[in-house]
Amino acid sequence: MSDRLEPIEDRGGKAQPLLQVNGLTKHFPVRGGWFGARKTVRAVDDVSFAIGKGETVGIVGESGCGKSTTARLLMQLMDRDAGELIFDGMQVGHEMSLRELRRGMQMVFQDSYASLNPRLTIEESIAFGPKVHGMADGAARALARDLLGKVGLRPEIFASRYPHEISGGQRQRVNIARALALSPRLVILDEAVSALDKSVEAQVLNLLVDLKREFGLTYLFISHDLNVVHYISDRVLVMYLGEVVELGPVEQVWARPAHPYTRALLAAMPSSDPDKRTEVPPISGDPPNPIDPPPGCRFHTRCPFAEPLCTNSAPKLTGLDNMGHQTACHMAIPGSGHSRAPATAA
Amino acid sequence: MSITPAQILPDAALQAEPAAKARGYWATVGRRIVRDRISMVCVAILLAIVLSALLAPWLHLADPYQGSMIRRLRHIGTSGYPLGTDELGRDMLARLIYGGRLSLLIGISPVILAFGIGTMLGLVAGYVGGWVNTAIMRTIDVFYAFPSVLLAIAISGALGAGIANSIVSLTIVFVPQIARVAESVTTGVRNRDFVEAARASGAGPFTIMRAHMLGNVLGPIFVYSTGLISVSMILAAGLSFLGLGTKPPEPEWGLMLNTLRTAIYVNPWVAALPGAMIFAVSICFNLLSDGLRSAMDIRS
Repeated sequence: MSDRLEPIEDRGGKAQPLLQVNGLTKHFPVRGGWFGARKTVRAVDDVSFAIGKGETVGIVGESGCGKSTTARLLMQLMDRDAGELIFDGMQVGHEMSLRELRRGMQMVFQDSYASLNPRLTIEESIAFGPKVHGMADGAARALARDLLGKVGLRPEIFASRYPHEISGGQRQRVNIARALALSPRLVILDEAVSALDKSVEAQVLNLLVDLKREFGLTYLFISHDLNVVHYISDRVLVMYLGEVVELGPVEQVWARPAHPYTRALLAAMPSSDPDKRTEVPPISGDPPNPIDPPPGCRFHTRCPFAEPLCTNSAPKLTGLDNMGHQTACHMAIPGSGHSRAPATAA
Repeated sequence: MSITPAQILPDAALQAEPAAKARGYWATVGRRIVRDRISMVCVAILLAIVLSALLAPWLHLADPYQGSMIRRLRHIGTSGYPLGTDELGRDMLARLIYGGRLSLLIGISPVILAFGIGTMLGLVAGYVGGWVNTAIMRTIDVFYAFPSVLLAIAISGALGAGIANSIVSLTIVFVPQIARVAESVTTGVRNRDFVEAARASGAGPFTIMRAHMLGNVLGPIFVYSTGLISVSMILAAGLSFLGLGTKPPEPEWGLMLNTLRTAIYVNPWVAALPGAMIFAVSICFNLLSDGLRSAMDIRS
C-alpha cells in the first residue's frame, strides 16, 4: 500500500450534506445572426439539491436537459452565472478555494478515450493529479500503480501502456483510478458507463459500488439510462430543460412518480417482458428549444394534463411526503388551481 | 430490471498479457521513419550537404574567392575543376560547398525562429481563446494577406540588404503561417476531455500547456515547419538573386544563380548548378516532411 494524498477532512459531521447546491444557474448567450437579438439558452436554471455523505444521487433526463452542464458547473470547469456551492459546510470560493474543491471533488467523463492524453502512459496520466498537488514523482507513480490494482488492472501489464492500446472498459477503469488519485470525497460520474457495452458496463458499475465502500465515497451519477440509475442510486433527480422537476429516494420515485414527465420517462423504459410491451407512446415530440423555453411550466407543451394555469405560472418544487420526495407540478400542489390538484389541506 | 452482480463473468481481457512491449509514441515514430526508404535517402543527402558545408575549410578545396581571367566558365569535368568554373574563373565545387553555409543558414534559421515564435503565439491564442485569440489572430491575418514573396521583398527592402536582415524578413513571413497552424491544432486539442480532466485535477494553465498541450501540438507544427524550409530556401535565394540578401563575392546559391545567368548560353550546365543545389535541398526537406507526416499518423 503506497502513500495516498490525505482526503480533505470531514468538517460538518454526518448530518452536514457533503455538497449543497443552491440556485445554480447557467445561461449561454446566443447571437441570432449579425443584427439579431441576443438570446439565451437556459441550460441550467435555478437548480438546487443536496448530496448527503456516503450517498449516491442520480441525475436523469433527456439529452440537452442540462445534466452535463450541471456536472461541469459543479466541477468549476465552467463559470456559473448564479448560485452557490457549499462543500461540507464551506462555501466554495469563500471558505474553500478552487484548488481545495478539486481535491474534494473529481469527475469521470463519458468518453473514455478523449479524457486520456494519448501521449502519456496510463501511469503518467494517473500520477499527474497527485503531482499537481505536490506529491513527488516516484510516490505519485507508486500510487498510480496501486490504484490500477484497485480498479482491477494489473499494474505490471497496464502501467506503461498508452490509451489507444487498451479497450474501452479498461480505459474507463483508468479514468476512475485517475479520479481517485486525488483522494476525493465526491466523484461525479458524467455518463461514465454509457459508452460501454452492457456486460462491461455492469462490471464497471460493480467496481464503482466496491470502490465506494472501500474509500467511503459519495457519487453524483449522471445518466440517461434509468435501469442503471435505479441500480446504483439512493436518491434521484429528474431534470427537464435545465430545471429539476422531481427529486426523491429512487424507490419512491420509481414506485410513485409524481411528475408527468417522470411518469413518461419510466413508461418509455423498454421492458424485457413481452406482455408488458409499451404500446402507446408515453410522450411525443422533441423537447422544446431551450433557447426559448415555454413560459410557465416548461413541460406543458408535451404534458397530457396541461391546463391554462400551466402556461401562466411555473410550479415550484413542493414536498409530497416526509421522505424528501418533491416535485414541481401544479397537479401536486394543493390549491394550485389545477383541476387535478389535491384539495387544500385544512 | 436491475442488474444482478452475480451473473457477471470476469473480464477476460483484464487478465490478458499484452502482445508486445508497449513503446513510447516518439520511439514508434522514429522506428517508422527509419523504415521509410525515401525519407532515409533524403536524410542522407541533406546530411552530406550540411556536413560538407560545415567542414568546408578542412576539405582541401580551392579558394572560393580566387578568380582567374583565363580560366573562366570551364566545363564540368575539366581537370582540376570537377564542376567547372564560374564567370570569374572561380572553382564551382568550392563555391557550391562554401555557398551551402550561407544558403542553409538563411534558409533554415528563419524557420527555426518562426517555429519558436509562431508556436508560442498560436499556443497562447488557441489555449486562452476569447479576445486574446482575436487580437493575436487578426494581427496575424494582416501579414497573412500579403503573398509571402512580396512580403519578404518588402521587408528586406525596407530593412536594407544583408544576411541578418533577410533572416529577419523571412522570419516575419513565416511566423503567421506557423502561428495559424499552431492555433488551429491547439484549439482542437484544448477542447478534448483530457484537458478538462487536467483542469479538474487543479492544474494551472502553464502546467496544462507544458504537460498536456505541447506533446499533442508540437508534432503537426513540426511537420508543417519542415515543409517550410524548402520555401524558405527558395525565398532566401530569391532575395539574394534580387540583391537584397548576400553581397558578392560571398558565395551563396541564390546569388551565384543570379551572376551566372548571363553565362547561360555559354555554359548552361555550370550556370544551372546552384539551382540544382537549391532544388535538391528543398525537395529533400519536402519529402522528409511528408515522411514525418505519415510516420506520425499513428492512430492516436
